[in-house]
Amino acid sequence: MAIVYEKPHALSDLELHYCPGCTHGIIHKLVAQAIDALDIEGITIGVAPVGCAVMAYDYFNCDMAEAAHGRAPAMATGIKRSLPDRIVFTYQGDGDLASIGMAETVHAATRGENITVIFVNNAIYGMTGGQMAPTSLPGQVTQTSPYGRDVKTAGYPVRVCEMLATLDGPEYIERVAVNSVKNINNAKRAIEKAFRNQVEGKGFSLIEVVSACPTNWGLSPQEALKWIDDKMIPYYPLGVYKDRTAAAAKEA
Amino acid sequence: MAEKVLMKGNEAIAEAAIRSGCRHYFGYPITPQTELAAYMAKMMPKIGGTFLQAESEIAAINMVYGVAGTGKRVMTSSSSPGVSLKQEGISYIAGSDLPALIINVQRGGPGLGGIQPSQSDYFQATKGGGHGDYHLIVLAPASVQEMADLTALAFDLADKYRMPAMILADGTIGQMMEPVTLENIEYKPVEKPWAITGTEGKRKHNIINSLYLNPEMLEKKNLERFERYKTVEENEVRFESFMMDDAEIGLVAYGIAARVAKNAVTALRAEGIKAGLIRPVTLWPFPKKAVLEASDKVKAFVSVELSMGQMIEDIKLAENSKKPVVLCSRVGGMIPTPEQIIETVKNLEGGMD
Repeated sequence: MAIVYEKPHALSDLELHYCPGCTHGIIHKLVAQAIDALDIEGITIGVAPVGCAVMAYDYFNCDMAEAAHGRAPAMATGIKRSLPDRIVFTYQGDGDLASIGMAETVHAATRGENITVIFVNNAIYGMTGGQMAPTSLPGQVTQTSPYGRDVKTAGYPVRVCEMLATLDGPEYIERVAVNSVKNINNAKRAIEKAFRNQVEGKGFSLIEVVSACPTNWGLSPQEALKWIDDKMIPYYPLGVYKDRTAAAAKEA
Repeated sequence: MAEKVLMKGNEAIAEAAIRSGCRHYFGYPITPQTELAAYMAKMMPKIGGTFLQAESEIAAINMVYGVAGTGKRVMTSSSSPGVSLKQEGISYIAGSDLPALIINVQRGGPGLGGIQPSQSDYFQATKGGGHGDYHLIVLAPASVQEMADLTALAFDLADKYRMPAMILADGTIGQMMEPVTLENIEYKPVEKPWAITGTEGKRKHNIINSLYLNPEMLEKKNLERFERYKTVEENEVRFESFMMDDAEIGLVAYGIAARVAKNAVTALRAEGIKAGLIRPVTLWPFPKKAVLEASDKVKAFVSVELSMGQMIEDIKLAENSKKPVVLCSRVGGMIPTPEQIIETVKNLEGGMD
């Protein structure tokens, strides 16, 4: 009998703690598949965030570290500088990466730190029970924006890819989504590329994954996937925001 | 005889760290520790090490956290306001049982304070500093030579006990120049099977972590850590005793304050007043036993500090309120003179007779 599907080796056998309909599971799998595809599990070190993915250190079979909230890119910088021949990735949510850890994110990017950042944007703080995130949409109802995010008082969401793409440091910046088979396949390609870039020594790669949080959005899993299409993607357009190698090839 | 070179205290720390096998330095500019970072910036690229000027002290200490997780010797340096920013990372490093070295070349506070020498971060350094129950090994150099020697010792102790260590210096010791020899420093690498270095498919994954959602497990981790701290308290107390044998007044001082206090002791002795000095070299673990034993002999203690009275609490705890303890201090970047200490002792003597 032919094997048509297998759990990636880089993913541990533990049961994930995520809510029904949460897309973290899919993104974990895509990261593990990239590690398998490049055969780098034994030389990879991952850095987990503070947020829903805080226990990601148990879910990957490679060596792992658990960073302070928002500091994963700084911790990853230390690990990579210490072990330049190792593959180092961070896995962070929107509060972690784009709020409390914004300085660490921007500076790791502008230094062109040769690491891979997986940025899960679900427009809300999940772990703490659904507070407004730096990426919550205008008008979005959360526990701390109960009347909807009022941009007059709470300001506007941050578009991380667009912002980081203005820097000279990063090698690769792309935004993908995981709400359809087509989008998941594209996310798989992007995440693998972000790891391959590091293997090839090209520098900082960040993949933003637009993700669903049915529990805190107050939607069913199916409605949440549709909400990504209807609300998230119009504000956070998918696509490649920076590809230094491709740009250089085009120029040449 | 070993060759001596003239160095600033801050530079002596940097050179001693390099000779101790430290190849990773992360910092952020702040006065008065500047020479340390500058020395590292000059030297590290030449010896295949890392010098990285981080975007903040917070980032710097978390870079330290990352390197510490990989098992390599690593350090950061700063001064008081910057060390406050590092406290989050220090708590994580302690909570993950990792060795690392943090340098605090203290300046006056609170807030932005000033840039002149101070010892007002004693509480922060010796009681943990960040959130949670933990300690750092805290070493207090009183000369440029000790800046070097204690840096080497700090790396060794941090590795031995898997805990962060701190050099608690001050602007004076950091800035002043003295002859120093560095030839006695040698790097003794320690096996670190817990480090995150990549499994290479040969072992189960290692995890560097301070999170334990199960309260029983978190309690167990804390208890284990404090068992280790007990061993440190039993084995690693270091202090200098100066003319304490027949002392009737026991001065207690560390760092720059101890140098002034030593001069005061000599002057008092010349006048026939039996003063002595206990100079803690380890502030944590504090030389409790030395203070307690002295309390049988002395009439009183004087805590000489560049703070409003922080170490004085540890003296009182150590001697169990058996004898009076008075404070002799200047703050805000001011340093007490020997005369001020002499006067304090004489007033004390007068009050006792």
